[in-house]
Amino acid sequence: MSVNREAVSDLTADPARGTGAVSLRGASLRFGDRVLWQGLDLDVAPGEFVAVLGPNGSGKTSLLRVLLGLGPLSEGTVRIVDEPPGRGNRRIGYIPQQRAMEESLTLRGRDLVGLGLDGHRWGIGLRGMRERRAKVDRALDAVGAHDFADAPVGRLSGGEQQRLRVAQALISDPEVLLCDEPLLSLDLANQQVVSSLIDQRRRATNTAVLFVTHEINPVLPLVDRILYLVDGRFRVGRPDEVMTTQTLSELYRAPVDVVRVQGQIHVVGAQSGLCEDQPHHHLHDDAHGDA
Amino acid sequence: MDKLFDFELTAELLQFGFVQTALLAAAILGLLAGVLGPLIVSRNMAFAVHGTSELSFTGGAAALLLGINVGQGALAGAIVAALVLGLLSRRSADHDSVIGAVLAFGLGVGVLLLWFYPGRASNKFGLLVGQIVSVDFASLALLGGCAVAVFLVLLAIYRPLLFASVDPEVARARGVPTGLLSPVFAVLVGVATALGVQTVGALLVLALMITPAAAACRITANPLRATILAIVFAEASAVGGILLSLAPGAPVSAFVTAISFLIYLVCWVVSIVRERGGRRRGVPSAAVATPAVLQ
Repeated sequence: MSVNREAVSDLTADPARGTGAVSLRGASLRFGDRVLWQGLDLDVAPGEFVAVLGPNGSGKTSLLRVLLGLGPLSEGTVRIVDEPPGRGNRRIGYIPQQRAMEESLTLRGRDLVGLGLDGHRWGIGLRGMRERRAKVDRALDAVGAHDFADAPVGRLSGGEQQRLRVAQALISDPEVLLCDEPLLSLDLANQQVVSSLIDQRRRATNTAVLFVTHEINPVLPLVDRILYLVDGRFRVGRPDEVMTTQTLSELYRAPVDVVRVQGQIHVVGAQSGLCEDQPHHHLHDDAHGDA
Repeated sequence: MDKLFDFELTAELLQFGFVQTALLAAAILGLLAGVLGPLIVSRNMAFAVHGTSELSFTGGAAALLLGINVGQGALAGAIVAALVLGLLSRRSADHDSVIGAVLAFGLGVGVLLLWFYPGRASNKFGLLVGQIVSVDFASLALLGGCAVAVFLVLLAIYRPLLFASVDPEVARARGVPTGLLSPVFAVLVGVATALGVQTVGALLVLALMITPAAAACRITANPLRATILAIVFAEASAVGGILLSLAPGAPVSAFVTAISFLIYLVCWVVSIVRERGGRRRGVPSAAVATPAVLQ
């Protein structure tokens, strides 16, 4: 990717930035005899935006779990910000998908964001309260969440909640941002708001973004590369390399049409993960070489 | 009932050492309940507290029969219950049914144990509805010691515990050991519950552990403010309940539950009125108001 490392390196004092943000070598993940993916090599550079696509059950979220240190690889090695994944690496930010929160939950938006800063620390955190408040305010301002920061989070709209999630993930100045379907169940306007907030940040601070999604179009203009996972196989490349009829048909081992309409990409014939369950071995057996 | 407002009699009774001990016990208990309550409410553990208190009753009944300290028996019962409930049900889906099954069995065992007990009936009754006036110095020391221990542990784990309670998924991703914090918190709640069982009784422990916190959470979304309010409400219920019960010589638990429920009702009305009045704070942003144009 054409990331200008020299230009951005003085934005950050940390000399560790500039090397690979995420690095997987020969990585495999299996549950029992089910192979989610194998032989996966992936390097994500600082400032790079990589979308992770694939049908349900293809191991997109499991990849994030591995990177978060919540589950081991079956084979291969993985490094994230120059370390093996460990629980609670402070240099990693995480944005989950929007989920309904209980309306009665005793938590304000600013509390949610503040927990992203120091919620993992022991103690009650009475020291440095003023500094903490200033940091939380800055993070809230950055996502335009100031107006609803004192409302109970459970009463906010999905879009408002996801903006708080972005602030929560970014307040600790992560070098890698892992996003698990953060746009799911948002309307178009909010999808744009949330994805552009993430994009602005990675450009400003050279943060690598790994963005799990089942829908490429809302983030298509932002994506540098795509990791497409299907049934144990994968492809990595620029959107115009991966999102083609030929590549996806090989990957799905089924006839799949990639249609471009008004700058959007639609994959016809692969809407569900169901087609993986049917044998398609008469098609493109060489797709094995990929996996 | 006209004795209820006989303040002279109340003042006279306040001179007695055992009354003062009872008030002190209630104050400690109110503080514990107020601090733990908002976390219990956030974690949807009201039923678990109920289950723990019933099993603490079983422990107390066993101690009564064996002739050992009832307080220690109740404490042991509650801790075992908290651990069992915490370990048996990691998944929230079957949490309530596990509690239901275990608590019914425990209660049955407790009743059987009490049936074997040949002593005074008021001791039996006390385990169910409380007998705070019988708190002696030894139990006060146990209560104080347990309270200090609970506070120290809570001070150490408060922030990650709050994180894990209100936002478990991100907490896990940020490295908070959520699987470890759950049983630890369950034990803290178990200890506090067992102490409550001796004062307001197993059946009414929810009045102190849940109701004040639930009331506080109705009127504020600020976790710190909710905790402070819950402490105030729990103290008002516990200490106020004893004070009111003195002159008429009525059961403490009736007053404790009445006061806490009254506070809950007031907070509930306040929250309804506020919602009608202001809807909610925060204006939807311009960006959110444009989807029609984009479609």
